[in-house]
Amino acid sequence: MTIRIGSGSAWWGDRISPAKDNADRGQLNYLCFETMAEATISTAQVRKRKDPTFPGYDTWLDDRMKAVLPGCIKNKTKIISNQGWINPNGAAERIVYWLRTMGVRGIKVAAINGSLITQDVLNLTDTILETGEQTQLLENRIVSAEVYQGAEPVVQALRNGAQIVVTGRIADPSIFAAPMMFEYGWGMGEFMQLGFANGIGHLMECGAQVTGGYFADPGFKDVPRPWDLGFPIAEIQDDGTAIITKLEGTGGIVNAMTIKEQLLYEVHDPYNYITPDVVVDFSTTKIKEIAENRVMVSGITGKPRTPTLKVSIGCEEGFIGEDMFFYAGEGALKRARLAEIILRERFKIVGLEAEELRIDYLGLNAIHGDMTPEIKYEPYEIAVRVAARTATREEAMKVGREVDGMAVSGVGMTGKRVPHQDRTREIIGVWSSLVDRNKISPSIKLYES
Amino acid sequence: MLIKLVQLAHCRSGDKGNTSNISVIAYHTEFYAPIKNQLSADEFKKFYSGVIKGNVTRYSLDELQMLNFVCEGALGGGVSRSLCLDNYGKSLSSRILSFKIEIDDNLEKLLQ
Repeated sequence: MTIRIGSGSAWWGDRISPAKDNADRGQLNYLCFETMAEATISTAQVRKRKDPTFPGYDTWLDDRMKAVLPGCIKNKTKIISNQGWINPNGAAERIVYWLRTMGVRGIKVAAINGSLITQDVLNLTDTILETGEQTQLLENRIVSAEVYQGAEPVVQALRNGAQIVVTGRIADPSIFAAPMMFEYGWGMGEFMQLGFANGIGHLMECGAQVTGGYFADPGFKDVPRPWDLGFPIAEIQDDGTAIITKLEGTGGIVNAMTIKEQLLYEVHDPYNYITPDVVVDFSTTKIKEIAENRVMVSGITGKPRTPTLKVSIGCEEGFIGEDMFFYAGEGALKRARLAEIILRERFKIVGLEAEELRIDYLGLNAIHGDMTPEIKYEPYEIAVRVAARTATREEAMKVGREVDGMAVSGVGMTGKRVPHQDRTREIIGVWSSLVDRNKISPSIKLYES
Repeated sequence: MLIKLVQLAHCRSGDKGNTSNISVIAYHTEFYAPIKNQLSADEFKKFYSGVIKGNVTRYSLDELQMLNFVCEGALGGGVSRSLCLDNYGKSLSSRILSFKIEIDDNLEKLLQ
C-alpha cells in the first residue's frame, strides 16, 4: 500500500494553481495546506479587534477551496489544513458552505480547537525560551498565545470519519504526519515511525521549497521552467520509505540537493528536531535519486516526544516607520550620503524617539549590513531606506513625514515616491515558551455538508 | 588551491525568532572534509561579523555531507522587530559562499 500526500500551500500567500493541479491530477489520498507563519495568529487577533467582521481564518480560504474542492471530491482526496487560524469552526462552516454550493452533500468536515490559550498562558507557562525571563513580564502586552498541537487530534478526526480537517495552530510537520499515522495505525509509542512521518512532513511543509523553489542560483543550481513550479507529492510506504516527487509537466526539480536543503531548513539540531509528536533524528537519512524528479528518502528515525508543547506568545511591541527615496547617475552616492546627514539632523530637530534607527543604502549595504565587503566602484543608482522602531505610532510616523520633507527641501535630483502606502506598521513580537502537554485539551467539532 | 565555497557547496537559510540557521551542503563527497576542517563555527561567525551578534553552533551530518550553522542573534532582534529589509534573513546564506577553502589541486575537475 502506498499513500499519496500532496502539498497545497506552504504559507498564506502561496500560489493557488499548483494546489489545484495536485488536486486535479495528483491522484492524491491527501492534500495538505500549511498557511501560517509565526506571527499569523497574532496578526489575525489584531485585525479581529479592529474589524469585528473579519472571520479569523485564512483570507484565501475561499479561493483555495474553490480551486481544489472539485478535484478532491472527484478523486476522494481528503484535505488537512491549518487555515482555521483563530476560528477553525468558522473555516469549517465556510468549507461546508462551498461544498453545498457545489452540490456536494454528506462530506464530513472537522474543526480542531483548543490551540488558543491566550487567557491562561501566564498560568500555564513559566519561562520565555529566548530570554530566560518570566513570561509574567509580558503581561498587558499579550495579543495571542497558541499551543503548537500535534497530529493526535487530526488522527482522531479522521477516525471519526472526517474527509476534511481544519485546524488552528498545529506543528507544520504534524499536518502531513497525521494521515500516515491514521492510514498505517501508527500510535504515539511508535516513535521510529513517527520520526519518519514527521521528517517527511518537514520536507513537505514548505511546498515548492523541495521542488526547486528558493533554490535556483544561475550557473550553479539551475531549475527547469522556474515560473511554473509544481508542489511536492510524497508517496509513503509503511516501511519508512517515501518518494518525493511532483506532477509530470510542471516546472521545477526534485533531486538530492533540493531534499538536502529542505531537510535542514529552519532546523537547529538535526539529531533532535522537536515536534509535538516525536523528536526527529535526521542524522541517518538516506537520500537516493531513483528517476528524474523522484527521490527516495528513508532512514529518518525518532525518539520519544517531550512532556511539553511549544507555545507562541505574540506581544505588542511598538511600531516601525519606514520609507525610501532614490538617486541615480553621476554623484548618486554623494547625494545619498548628504541626504542621510540631513535626515539625521531633522530627526534631532523633531525629537524622534526611536529604540533603533537604521539608514541603509539599498544597492550597497541594505541587505547584508555591516558584513558587506567594501565596494570599490560607484553604484549608478541607489535607494536610501530609512527605518525606525518606536513605542508609538505617532513617533513612527515621523519617519515618513521627514522623508516627505526631502521632496522640495532635500538634496538635488532626489527621486521620491508619492506617499501612497502606509509607512507605519505595528510590531507583534513573538516569544516562545513551553506548556505541560497534559494541561492542553484539544476538541473536535464535526460538521457535514 | 584556494577556492570560493560557491564552487564547493550550496546553502539555505531559515529563521526561528532571532536565530538564523544556515546549511552548507557539499556538492561532492570529496569537498566535505576540507569544508568541515576549515569552516569552524568561529570562522563562520567571523565571516558574518557585525550581523551575527550571538553564539554560532555547528552541527555536522557526515553521511549527508552537510553542516548546519545555528546563528543566534542574527535577525536584528527577531523577524517582526528587525529593521532589516530582509527581516527573515533569507539572503543571509549567500554570504558564506564567498568564504575561501583550500582544496587539493586534483579536485579541480569536480568544481561546480
